[in-house]
Amino acid sequence: MNILVFIKQVPDTNEVKIDPVTKTLIREGVPSIINPDDKNALEEAIRIKEEYGAKVIVITMGPPQAETALREALAMGADEAYLLTDRVFAGADTYATAKTLSKMAKKFDYDIIFCGRQAIDGDTAQVGPQLAEQLNIPQVTYVKEVKIEGDTLIVKRALEDGYEVIKVKMPVLLTAIKELNTPRYPSIKGIFEAYREKEVKIVTAADLGVDPQEVGLKGSPTKVISTTTPETQRAGEIFTGNVKECVQNLVQRLVEKHVI
Amino acid sequence: MNEYKDIWVFAEQREQRLMNVSLEILGEARKLADKKGVKACAVLVGYGVKGLADELIKYGADVVYVIDNPLLKNYTTEGYAKVIADLANEIKPEVILYGATYIGRDLAPRIASRLHTGLTADCTGLDIDENGLLLQIRPAFGGNLIATIICPERRPQMATVRPGVMKKAPKDGKREGEIIEIQANIKEGDIRTQIFDIIKEAKSKVNIEEADIIVSGGRGVGGAEGFKLIQQLADALGGVVGASRAAVDAGWISSDHQVGQTGKTVRPKLYVACGISGAIQHIAGMGNAKTIIAINKNPDAPIFKVADYGIVGDLFKVIPALIEEIKRIKNNELA
Repeated sequence: MNILVFIKQVPDTNEVKIDPVTKTLIREGVPSIINPDDKNALEEAIRIKEEYGAKVIVITMGPPQAETALREALAMGADEAYLLTDRVFAGADTYATAKTLSKMAKKFDYDIIFCGRQAIDGDTAQVGPQLAEQLNIPQVTYVKEVKIEGDTLIVKRALEDGYEVIKVKMPVLLTAIKELNTPRYPSIKGIFEAYREKEVKIVTAADLGVDPQEVGLKGSPTKVISTTTPETQRAGEIFTGNVKECVQNLVQRLVEKHVI
Repeated sequence: MNEYKDIWVFAEQREQRLMNVSLEILGEARKLADKKGVKACAVLVGYGVKGLADELIKYGADVVYVIDNPLLKNYTTEGYAKVIADLANEIKPEVILYGATYIGRDLAPRIASRLHTGLTADCTGLDIDENGLLLQIRPAFGGNLIATIICPERRPQMATVRPGVMKKAPKDGKREGEIIEIQANIKEGDIRTQIFDIIKEAKSKVNIEEADIIVSGGRGVGGAEGFKLIQQLADALGGVVGASRAAVDAGWISSDHQVGQTGKTVRPKLYVACGISGAIQHIAGMGNAKTIIAINKNPDAPIFKVADYGIVGDLFKVIPALIEEIKRIKNNELA
């Protein structure tokens, strides 16, 4: 069994830097982590490998520094790692990203594709379903439990007020939520192997055979036309000092304004 | 591109009941359609759901497309994506809006990819620009930025919209519209996932999105024990308990109480933030409350900048005094 895991490296701070020309995030120079939901996806793939036997192939698209995310994934237990990196991939929206990732996925004979539900920088939750559509395979999003029975998966999909139990044949794409598992820390041996014995393979647009017009900013149907910082200032009346007086003043105002 | 007309709303129903967010975005679609001089249409998919079409008209739809078929009884990605994408290919709407629910966020990207068009997630604002394009406004990077996004060259323009952000139009019992039944071109083999159970979990019935009064606790509450005090204040005010992400991540309270960019968007009449510093991601979820009160021991906490009233002090002293004062006032009213 082959399992592909698509991960994303995301900035781990609230520090925001936007390119004034392309109006997209500048990733260089910002400390980065594996996106949390993607780590759950990776953990589940490794658990399946340990229980049933499988090859876990981890793939990311990003700048050269995204290699560190792949090394961490290898240290956790992934078998192979691929970094899709090319200037023409930059500035991709979710449609162009899914399109690029689908070209990579098609190079493998896969049974399961795992993604995280959503990334903490964009919060869109779109790439997983868009990738499944590009590959014409079924999808189950918001996955919180996976069981394997032969060529079929029994999956619990979270809903706002409960969950569904879904049966689906492989190949299938699943998106993981944090309830799925608790990701492991890499072992010392794992870290050693990730840097000494395993390889991160670089994949360019030419390697994928994609038309540069179809990927990155050029291949993106959506355009960010402006970004602003939110302003929600109010002229607040702030009480300080004696607690009893503060409370009496506050309640008096609320009564005057018919709030309570 | 000119052949694309009208603004569609995916009218999400579960067990033959319309989701609130669908009526909210229908209210917004109504405004956008009036601005462009086109129709606002609802797409109603399910089995035995035709009866809901009338309600959609009363909430602002000019046309309701009903796709009713036993294979569409429960939501499946492939079943719903197929019938909606087929209809969109045939009738060519200019815009399709979806509620950003666990279903809408599964369905919309699948359809966007099939129609080779753009999709903007979790919008908190929509508008039409001078060229007639849909402006899709959404927070990004945990609410640190507000981005305006367009889809200039592909159609339809598509967006999912956060529940609780848009306002329903007032129900107009006299409103009339057209109901068009569409034959679903679908067979069992089109749906490769099989749902064999839907489990409802008996959660604590907290519905903070509908509450008029919310008392929220954050990191300053200190632990699960501290939330008892928050509950007491909520009880005294006749409200419900909310929480910041910090409190939920710490495991002090369940995530259905969470307010903010990654939680729920609320717009209550009164929001009391206790021990919440006021990270932008929290403010993204409650900044539209009518009245905001902040209680925090740090006078420089950003929450005070968005508050109408604030008390600088230890919440473990302020809240008991506040409860006492509220009870005193309420008892006086009764006397």
